Amino acid sequence: MTVAAIEPSVVENLVRRLTGIVGPDGLINSQAELLVYECDGYTLEKNRPDVVVFPTATEQVVEIVKLCREMRVPFLPRGSGTSLAGGCLPVGGGVIISLARMKRILEIDLRNRFALVEAGVINMWLTNRIKSEGWHYAPDPSSQGACTIGGNVATNSGGPHTLKYGVTVNHVMGVEIVMPDGTVQTLGGPVEDGPGLDLTGVVVGSEGTFGVVTKAWVRLVRNPESVRTLLGVFESVDDATAAISAIIGAGIVPAALEMLDSLILKAVEEAFSFGFPLDAGAVLIMEVDGLDAGLGEEAARIEKLAKANRAREVRRANTEAERLLLWKCRKQAFGAVGRLAPSYCTQDGVVPRTALPEMLRSITAIGDRHKIRIANVFHAGDGNLHPILLFDERDPDQLRRVMEASHEILDECLRLGGSVTGEHGIGVEKIDFMAKLFSPDDLAAMRRVRQAFNPDGLCSPDKMLPTAGACAEAGRHKQVKPGRRAAL
Amino acid sequence: MSAPATRQSLPIASDLGKNIDYELFMDCVHCGLCLGSCPTYVETGNENDSPRGRIYLWRAIADGRAPFSPEAEKHMNGCLECMACETACPSGVQYRHVIHSFKNDQARTRGPAPMLGWLQRAMLFGLTPHRGRMGWALFPVKLMQRLGLGWAVRLSGYLMPGFLRRMQEIVPDLAPYHNLPEFLPAIGPKRATVGLLLGCAADAFHPQINLATARVLQHNGCDVHTPRSQACCGALHKHAGLDDDAARLAAGNCDSFAAVPGGLAGLDAIISNAGGCSPVLKDYGHILEGHDAAGPGAVFGGKVRDIHEFLAELGPVKPRHKVSLKATYHDACGLAHAQKIRSAPRQVLAMVDGLSLVPLAENEHCCGAAGSYNITQPEMSAALGQRKSGNIAATGASAALTGNVGCLLQIDRHMRDRSPRVWVGHPVQILDAAYTGEKPFGLNVAIS
Repeated sequence: MTVAAIEPSVVENLVRRLTGIVGPDGLINSQAELLVYECDGYTLEKNRPDVVVFPTATEQVVEIVKLCREMRVPFLPRGSGTSLAGGCLPVGGGVIISLARMKRILEIDLRNRFALVEAGVINMWLTNRIKSEGWHYAPDPSSQGACTIGGNVATNSGGPHTLKYGVTVNHVMGVEIVMPDGTVQTLGGPVEDGPGLDLTGVVVGSEGTFGVVTKAWVRLVRNPESVRTLLGVFESVDDATAAISAIIGAGIVPAALEMLDSLILKAVEEAFSFGFPLDAGAVLIMEVDGLDAGLGEEAARIEKLAKANRAREVRRANTEAERLLLWKCRKQAFGAVGRLAPSYCTQDGVVPRTALPEMLRSITAIGDRHKIRIANVFHAGDGNLHPILLFDERDPDQLRRVMEASHEILDECLRLGGSVTGEHGIGVEKIDFMAKLFSPDDLAAMRRVRQAFNPDGLCSPDKMLPTAGACAEAGRHKQVKPGRRAAL
Repeated sequence: MSAPATRQSLPIASDLGKNIDYELFMDCVHCGLCLGSCPTYVETGNENDSPRGRIYLWRAIADGRAPFSPEAEKHMNGCLECMACETACPSGVQYRHVIHSFKNDQARTRGPAPMLGWLQRAMLFGLTPHRGRMGWALFPVKLMQRLGLGWAVRLSGYLMPGFLRRMQEIVPDLAPYHNLPEFLPAIGPKRATVGLLLGCAADAFHPQINLATARVLQHNGCDVHTPRSQACCGALHKHAGLDDDAARLAAGNCDSFAAVPGGLAGLDAIISNAGGCSPVLKDYGHILEGHDAAGPGAVFGGKVRDIHEFLAELGPVKPRHKVSLKATYHDACGLAHAQKIRSAPRQVLAMVDGLSLVPLAENEHCCGAAGSYNITQPEMSAALGQRKSGNIAATGASAALTGNVGCLLQIDRHMRDRSPRVWVGHPVQILDAAYTGEKPFGLNVAIS
């Protein structure tokens, strides 16, 4: 549904009643404070919410959702607002339900390998809590120092190490969700492989459109006994991508396989002084982990395959400190591009691994055609690309060219048999692509599932799934999305 | 909370937010990676209390998109200036300049620290930065403590208004005052000539730390000059947006150290033991830009070293005594975030036989002292102090060490509630004990 602006008198009433639920310190509604919530990590579209509310318990979320439903006001959950696809953009205004104050780790059970956490727990906090005992939480998105587990559940987040260990959906055993009608459902739980429909799997990745997840049972993983981390230096992106296919093709499952191109290397080198070769065309971070026995041989095989694909050199991280710095460079690469340009748009596409060389050549051509600099840093092992388009948001012409180039890149991903998002989600940014990615029947089926959870569409409206009939033709997005209009 | 329609906006100066280089705003790409590192955001969960939010808010005010409302002012002033966000930020946002531009404009249009009453403000700027005045102000407390009546002082706090009580609560057990001679010679072969900064309130509260610093320097072969005419470093004023006062104090300190035999040029380094002061001391070149003392300011700034940093660079002399103690170390923000000094304190402590240093959870999370923050923002400060004392208590260590007297006072105050047997001190006190064999003030420890 597309939501019209909410009447001031309604907002006033809403604030009064929300205050009754969470108290005066549990919400904000002054214009200056709301401004901070007008966008997330995706800044091309902005829209101010009418209220931001900070519940501290599931019971409060229930009351908030019931009130919104009664007053016919749209609402959406928000974690740390690090979405790169506008997943937290309050299209049409309404109530943002921030889970940031629901941040307790409720239970850690290492013997049964799970933890029960509230949605607002920051991903890294969970690993920090158990690392001294030799455990971690496997999904490790680059924003893990800030993003919440609830947000990870919404977007089915990946990360460099999900190539081997699986993405968020493989690590969520169950959730507690406040349904858009205000009822609380517990889907799944701490026991493995329950019978019946896998509703947890349906909720993970639904981008907050099925309700507000308030708790999650997540799987914990024992740290590998040993790790080998290699850095392959290549003269060209082509050689690096060929090496990726060779490694995977040889039957090796690396813990991580990441590529950084020369532009990104410049930015991270400036930020962290790792000692990357600035004249290289691309580098690959290649990591294998597991039992110590045999790991050295696996690393040697990788080195050999890299060299067979014209790697100039292959370095090894000799100390844990060196390894951590290498990963810091990789994980903070998005932010580091702030050193190259005042604004950037990170794209997120997937292609079959073997199509990587062709895809990267296309990206270069698209960047040249639109005169937009594009840096590449991505999860090479699963063909998940992250071209970063650099621009200055104060220049409307650049903004237009960035939008066009982004769309062409994503179209190219589709043409090569891939998809328009690997892990950032559809949000508002890619909603127009859904009609290209899926047939009308597919979309209708998805809409029916959403309808079962969220029948009146008040929960996270205008996200992920296009409104029926509204987005069938390209170029109409300006009419259907008030947020996007506000930004342009 | 909502602003009722009747609430007045703060006086709007049309040039608000215009003293900042706009590119500093543009460095922030709004990725949000700073959120998890910001102590105030972690407490409130409100993005207005996060670095990204504060930059966005201040930029919106500068752009005229948002009013300079009481809410906005509250969130901006809630910043600890701990700079944990600069550590977390991959884009290299120079947050310190962003927040400083706000403080400047606030001081200009509303006066410094406008959240305080006149008496509090008078005490903050008229008393704390003056070593002598603080000494006198603390004299009655010290007398009571000597007479064994410290408990009566603590009890009397309950009769005081909130802010005086909080100030009273922060007063530690006071050691006898040592007036350091203006010159102390190196012990053993001479390796360097240094100046020693005493600090202001720090010297009145913990004179034994300055004494320990001087002795540690002597034992490392340093001639130590401690000019008595030196004053507060100006950090308090700088953080309140009072740049002129900060510059006046900076110029005064340049004169003080220029007057030692051999002058500034004769000093290999100027040593500070206060992690909160040294970032500002190192910045004297900028603080005095356009000022008569600009030249000496740059020289002075270039010579400033934190005590741990200096010892690590010099190559410290191995101490002889064994100090049997299980301790933990809290990274003062001024050291870890503002100066990236993390390994040096651990490195010098590792020389001490018998000392075991156990890891502290959230060791780089601000303790809530943050200069005058415990006076200007008592609630948030107390929340962070309790969080810190809880983490320290969980280590089971019998001593907590930190390289800044402000943190030390704050942690000591909160450990008294949580676990009074934990001794809170400065790493140099342990080093001093290891060099001299004397027990640090207030710490019952086996030294051999």
